[in-house]
Amino acid sequence: MSTTESQHTWPGDTLTRVPYWVYQDEANYRAELRRIFEGPVWSYVCLESDVERPGEFRTTFVGEMPVIVVRAEDGSICAFENRCAHRGALIALDDRGKARSFQCIYHAWTYDLRGNLTGIAFEKGSHGRGGMPASFCKEEHGPRKLRTTTLHGLVFASLSPQAPPIAEYLGQEILGRIERVLHRPVRVLGRFVQVLPNNWKLYFENVKDTYHASLLHAFFGTFRITRLTQGGGVIVSPDGGHHASYTIDRADDRVSTAYREQGIRSEHQNYRLADPSLLDCVDEYGDGIKLQILTVFPNFVLQQIENCLAVRQILPKGPESMELHWTYFGFTDDTPEMHRRRLKQLNLVGPAGYVSMEDGCVGGFVQRGAATAADELSVVNMGGESAESQDTRATEASVRGFWKAYRRYMGV
Amino acid sequence: MAETDPLLVSLQPLVAQLNADYARAIDDDRLEDWPEFFAEQCLYSITSTDNQRQGYPGGLMYADSKGMLQDRVAALREANIYERQSYRHLVGLPALLGETDGVVRAETPFLVVRIMRDGRMDLFATGRYLDAIVEEAGALRFRERIVVCDSSRIDTLLALPL
Ligand code: FES
Ligand SMILES: [Fe+2]
Repeated sequence: MSTTESQHTWPGDTLTRVPYWVYQDEANYRAELRRIFEGPVWSYVCLESDVERPGEFRTTFVGEMPVIVVRAEDGSICAFENRCAHRGALIALDDRGKARSFQCIYHAWTYDLRGNLTGIAFEKGSHGRGGMPASFCKEEHGPRKLRTTTLHGLVFASLSPQAPPIAEYLGQEILGRIERVLHRPVRVLGRFVQVLPNNWKLYFENVKDTYHASLLHAFFGTFRITRLTQGGGVIVSPDGGHHASYTIDRADDRVSTAYREQGIRSEHQNYRLADPSLLDCVDEYGDGIKLQILTVFPNFVLQQIENCLAVRQILPKGPESMELHWTYFGFTDDTPEMHRRRLKQLNLVGPAGYVSMEDGCVGGFVQRGAATAADELSVVNMGGESAESQDTRATEASVRGFWKAYRRYMGV
Repeated sequence: MAETDPLLVSLQPLVAQLNADYARAIDDDRLEDWPEFFAEQCLYSITSTDNQRQGYPGGLMYADSKGMLQDRVAALREANIYERQSYRHLVGLPALLGETDGVVRAETPFLVVRIMRDGRMDLFATGRYLDAIVEEAGALRFRERIVVCDSSRIDTLLALPL
């Protein structure tokens, strides 16, 4: 048993029991921001196409730390804390833009595209009086800089020199699963933010939880988009932190009665779409995988549901709140038919998604349900006790993988 | 000036009435009536000012047929899970922007308060309806209703149509 700065302790060396205080405790949350989000991980920050040309920038967050991601003059992507070296004001106020340099609005200190402090207003004072001391060295002051790395059009950033190269961080299998989806230049179709009333971990676990998909999301089960009786499995990275789950349509599932026999809500035999064009899908990857959900620890989700593609960025906002940033996309060379198909299938995901709107509230249900149960434990036992890859989705292996990685980063 | 076109002047109260009926159907939980406000060939999409400005075509809800609107209602009734909630729409006066070939363009501001089952009330969405309105079977119907929310942020989930 070990402790964090919080008063609470972990229930021994197991991945199958998770104490509820971990979703509630303020001190633990602060420790997560330091040890995980500012630690040796790679956080997704934006698409490479968001900062296509020199000077183009985005503002976002790594954990709760505000950051600027910008393409520098030499074509490299830089990221630095969005915090002025003078008194700490935000340097950039817009979500995106194009800049030759950044100037803080408070006292007009300026920064180059790499986040170096290059100018101080009235540095020499006025009429020979005032100004900064001669000993003040601009090079020694500046916002914290992050490392960046790109991968198939995605940009990740890390505050820690210890984060291994991204390919090593992810491992071969997860890398291959990202490549599978992002093999062409992307075209953004829309962006929305979903504000969720729960701890960030509850959402990240939810995405890894293949057990719930066809049970909570009746739409999934009804239209056999994903069912536990179908083929498929869960890949968990060796360190536990990342995962990819996938579904393959199987002929015997079409006649399976497993859902009906267990009286599961997701079986509505007489429910038919008035306009079935919504589910007019094509196997665009040629491998029969209808659905692939992938996570990169600690804040990234890549989703292929039929032909509906999106990336999701998780931003923690206090112990009991988070934001989910959705970016829907297709590819720049999509045919008009594929483009229309993707627009229709966007109905499947996002805050109003037929198969994802529930994820927006279910984390809140846990947060509220366990409000006064800090020292009680949740049960993560489906599919055993290990965090290894399995060729079934009736398992919580990747949720256990999350806790394996989490406990290592947190040192608990 | 659109406002002085006699056709548009005479249509203005009818479009206002159409909006009022539309809002009452949703707020009174008569969702099954909601698709009936649309023409057979229709487009309904919920987007945001920012998405529109960026030229992003995707929407949170997106239906290009009356059948897709009916499917939305059926999914809400049969499949989707969300806590009991209702809306109160306050719909402003429509600005009629013009008419071509029997299609009237209108823009109408709205504000939606969401009331949760525990009584919590939140200002849930504000925005504009951008409409293309036609007459079909003796009544005004939306051929196109693009709901442009002022904000791209949605609290928890968007279940009921706006
Ligand atoms: S806080 Fe930025 S210049 Fe003073
Ligand atoms: Fe889900």
